[in-house]
Amino acid sequence: MAIKVKCFASMREYLDLSEREIGIDGIKTVADVWRSVAGGKPMPENTLCAVNQSQANEEFTVNSGDEVAFFPPVTGG
Amino acid sequence: MASRHNPTKNTRDHTHSVRIITEKLDPWHELTVYQNEHLTKGQFGATATFVGTMRDFNEGDGVTGMTLEHYPGMTEAQLQTIIDEAHEQWTLDDVLVVHRVGPLLPGDPIVLVACWSAHRAAAFDACRHLMEALKSRAPFWKNETLTDQSNRWVEKNTDGYSPDNNSV
Repeated sequence: MAIKVKCFASMREYLDLSEREIGIDGIKTVADVWRSVAGGKPMPENTLCAVNQSQANEEFTVNSGDEVAFFPPVTGG
Repeated sequence: MASRHNPTKNTRDHTHSVRIITEKLDPWHELTVYQNEHLTKGQFGATATFVGTMRDFNEGDGVTGMTLEHYPGMTEAQLQTIIDEAHEQWTLDDVLVVHRVGPLLPGDPIVLVACWSAHRAAAFDACRHLMEALKSRAPFWKNETLTDQSNRWVEKNTDGYSPDNNSV
């Protein structure tokens, strides 16, 4: 099993990543997921994270099969 | 005094209350259809609605178009949570939230929030609360096209409750 990573809006452009699966090896938290896909880029200060479509922080534990998303502040309505 | 009005608080299925659409939004048509399908005539005494419409200006620049992106699945779930919270806080007969995504032009309606209740206070207050919660918590993002054809992401929504801000 793997972790599905999704990025939206300006975050998709920042990381040049829309959707991707990564292996679970060495991944314990949302922050680890970021390091795995960000290619050394720092996480912008206002980044929002979600695990399985619920908002989560960087320390949140992730498991095999989870969906992890990164996106900027929301601007709907 | 006992009231005959008894919306089934917190027990009703509200899952029909959220719609994300890509086609043009006609808020008044949505309102009429929903009310005829889901509300009982004579039970509600107040309907409060908010319609958000695309402007042709933002932060001092002319805007010619916009694309609205969302997070399919999470957006619907977040809106449902926000609606469930409103039902907890106020006695409401029903709520409808319709949000458009995809490409839009100035003048296009973006969002409809409608609240039905026995009395105006709950309808007004819940409608305002829902709209502010949607703006700050539901995963939607706006990308604007400016008059010079450049594009930019809207970085944050304005705070609708701020006293020095008249733009919700």
